Amino acid sequence: MDFELSAEQAMLKDSVERFIQDNYAFSQWQALAGSDLGYSANNWKTFAEMGWLMLPFAEENGGLGGSVVDVAVVTEALGAGMTLEPLMSSVLLGGKLVEYLGDEIQKEAILGAVAEGTKTLALAYGEPAARFDLSFAETRARKSEAGYVLIGRKSVVLHAASADGLIVIARTAGEADDVAGISAFLVEPDAPGLRCQDYPLVDGGRASDVFLADTPAELLGEEGTALAALQRVIDEATCAVCAEAVGAMGWVLEVTKDYTATRNQFGKAIGDNQVIQHRLVDMFTAVEEAKAITDMTVMRVAEGAENASAQVSAMKAKVGEAARFVGAQGVQLHGGIGMTDEYPIGHYFKRLMALDVMFGDTAHHLNRFAETV
Amino acid sequence: MDLQFSDEDLAFRDEVRAFLKTNLPANLLDRSDRGLHPIKEDIEAWQKSLHKKGWIAPNWPVEYGGTGWSLTQKYIYNREYFLSGAPQTIAFGLNMVGPVIYTFGTEAQKNEYLGDILASNTWWCQGYSEPGSGSDLASLRTKAERDGDDYVINGQKIWTSFAQHADMMFCLVRTNTECKPQEGISFILIDMNTPGIEVRPIIGLDQDHTLNEVFFENVRVPAQNLIGEENKGWTYAKYLLGHERNIIARVARSQYQLARLKKIARLERRGTGLLIEDNDFRRRIAKVEVDLMALEAMELRYLSQDIAGKKLMAEPSVLKIRGAEIAQAIKTLTVEALGPYGMVYEAEDQLTMRNDGPLGPDYAHGAMADHLYQRAATIYGGTNEIQRNIIAKLILR
Repeated sequence: MDFELSAEQAMLKDSVERFIQDNYAFSQWQALAGSDLGYSANNWKTFAEMGWLMLPFAEENGGLGGSVVDVAVVTEALGAGMTLEPLMSSVLLGGKLVEYLGDEIQKEAILGAVAEGTKTLALAYGEPAARFDLSFAETRARKSEAGYVLIGRKSVVLHAASADGLIVIARTAGEADDVAGISAFLVEPDAPGLRCQDYPLVDGGRASDVFLADTPAELLGEEGTALAALQRVIDEATCAVCAEAVGAMGWVLEVTKDYTATRNQFGKAIGDNQVIQHRLVDMFTAVEEAKAITDMTVMRVAEGAENASAQVSAMKAKVGEAARFVGAQGVQLHGGIGMTDEYPIGHYFKRLMALDVMFGDTAHHLNRFAETV
Repeated sequence: MDLQFSDEDLAFRDEVRAFLKTNLPANLLDRSDRGLHPIKEDIEAWQKSLHKKGWIAPNWPVEYGGTGWSLTQKYIYNREYFLSGAPQTIAFGLNMVGPVIYTFGTEAQKNEYLGDILASNTWWCQGYSEPGSGSDLASLRTKAERDGDDYVINGQKIWTSFAQHADMMFCLVRTNTECKPQEGISFILIDMNTPGIEVRPIIGLDQDHTLNEVFFENVRVPAQNLIGEENKGWTYAKYLLGHERNIIARVARSQYQLARLKKIARLERRGTGLLIEDNDFRRRIAKVEVDLMALEAMELRYLSQDIAGKKLMAEPSVLKIRGAEIAQAIKTLTVEALGPYGMVYEAEDQLTMRNDGPLGPDYAHGAMADHLYQRAATIYGGTNEIQRNIIAKLILR
C-alpha cells in the first residue's frame, strides 16, 4: 500500500506543472478558449514531444505502456491549468478504443499517428436519448455491398470539429436499449452524408452533434463487440476526469484561500470570519476526499480489480459532488468578482461543472453504484 | 387560522390573471422562459402598458400613483405576475429610488422624477457598491465635494446593473470623512449624461453584459439633486433596502421555474422512456418542491403577521437566504435535466448568429444562462453569509 508517487511519476508531475506555468497563464487560456480551433496547435506539439500522448498506449503499439495511475498524474496536473488540448478525446477516448478494439492493421495505421499527435480522433458515443447509458444506441449501421453505412445522430462529441477521424458507436443488431449488438466504426471527417453541428462548451471546450445519413464507415474490430471495450475506455477516462477535477479543485481552494486572506471588509480580511474559515475547511475536506478516492480508484483500476466499474462510479459520484461544491463556493467567496468573465475563478467553476457532467453526473453514478448495494 | 382568500380577493386574482394572459407580449415571455434578459425596448413597452392599466407601482401610495391595494391584494398581484412567467419589472426606478423620492424628496424632486419613473420614461441604475465596498457598503469612498451650487463627484462604482441603459443613477457618495462611516454618506441623483462619467462593461459568467463599472471624474451634479439632508444618505439607503421585501422570496417565480423544470423532464428522453419517469430525478424535484412549499408557507405567515401589524425583523433575511438557495437548486436541476447537453453553452450573440437551429433541445441555452446568472443570487443585495449575520444579531440576544 503506497499513495506516494514513484520517482518517475513525480518527474512526470513536475514536467506537466512546468508546462502549465509556462503556457497556461489565464490570459493565454482566454485567448485559446476564444480561438477558432479552441486549443493551441503548439501546445499539442509539446504534449506529443513530452510523451504525454504516447503514455497510455502499450509498448507494442508504439506507446510508453503507462498505467491509469500515470495518466491520472498527468491530468491532475493539467487540471490546475484548465487545459484545452484534446488529450481526452483523441488519446484517452479515441486512441484507447482503437487499441482495445481494432485489428492489427487498424492499430498499426492509427495509433502511431495518434501517439505522435499528428492525427487526432474524436469518439462519438453519446446520443440525445441515451443520457449517460453506454449501451443505448439508436444510431444504426447497415451493411451494403460496398461496406457499412451509418444512420443516426450522436451528441456532444468532444473536439469533433478539429478531429482527423471519427469513431462512431452504432448498432449492428438489436433494439435501441439492447446490451448486445453495439459496434464501433471509423468515419472519415469528409465522408459523404456526415454533418457536424459545432458548438462551444460551458468550460471553453468544443463539441459537436454529428448527423449521419448513410455515411460510409469502416468497422473497428469485430461486429457487436464494442460495448465491453467502450465501457473500459469510459471507466479509465473517468479516472482521468476525476484526477483533472482534483487538480482544478486544488487550484480553486488555493486561490480562494488567497483571496479571502486579502479581501478586507469591516476592517479585517473576510477570511478572519469563522464562517468563511469553516467554509474553506469544508472545501478542503471535499478536495481531500476527492483526491483520496480518486487515487484509490485509479490504483484499483490499474491493477484490474474485478469490481472496477462500481468503484469508478463511487469515485465519480464523490468527485462530482465535491466539484460542484468547491466550484460554487469558490465563486461565492469571491463575491461579485467571482461572477465575471474576466476573472478565472468563474471559469474553474464552469470547468468543474462540465467535469461533473462528463461521462455521467453524480446522480447517474450514484444510481449505478446503488445497483451494487 | 384560515387559508382561504375572500371572494373579492379571488375575483381580483382572476382579473389580474386574465389581464396578464391577454397582454403579456409573447416575445417577452419567450426570452424570459429562455433565461435571457429582456431587451430594453421590450421591457419598457411592457412597463408602459402596465402603467396604462394603473398597475405599475402597487406599493406606491395612491397620491403618487399607487394602486391602493390591500397587502393581500399586493401579494396576489405579485404572485400572479410571476406565475405568468413575466420578467420582473426593472426595480431601480419603481421599487428603489421612487419610494425614496416620494418619502424623502422635495416637492420639486417629486415633480421632476416620479412621473417619468411611473411612465418608464427614465431608466435608473443604482450606484452603491465600490471595488473596496461590497458587504461593507458604508466604507464607500466615492467623494462628493460642495462647490458653489454643485457637488463635484470623483470615484468609482462597480456591479452597476444596466448602467449602459441608464438615464439616471441614484448614488451613495461620501460627503464627510471626519466621522463614523455611516454618518458621512449622502444620497444623490446623477444624470448619466453629465460630462466626466464613464461606463465600462463587465461581462458576466453567462457571457452577457448586465454589469458595469462607472467612473466619475470631476462630475458636477447640481446640489438640488441631493435627497434629504447631507450626510443622512445611509438612512435613506437602509429604508430602500427594506422596501424590496415583497419580491425577496421569489416564491412565484420559483414555482414558475419549477413547472418549467417538470415540463423539461417530461420532454427529455431517458432511454426508451422519459426523464420524469426516473424515480431518483422525480424525488429530487420533489425535494425542491417541498422546500418551496415551506418557503411559500413562511411568506404567507409573514404576510399575515404584517397585516396584523407585527413588525418583521429577521424574517426578510430568512426569506432571502432560502429564496436564493431554492432558486439556485431549481436552476441546477434544470441543467442536470439536460444530461450531456448540460456541458454546452454558447453566448447569446453567437447563438443568434446560428442559421441551423439551436444545439440540443431549444430550452438548453436558457437553462444554462439562468443557472450561471443565478449564482449571483446568494451574493447581491447582501450575501447569504451577511444575511445570516443579520439574523444572528436579531435572534441571539
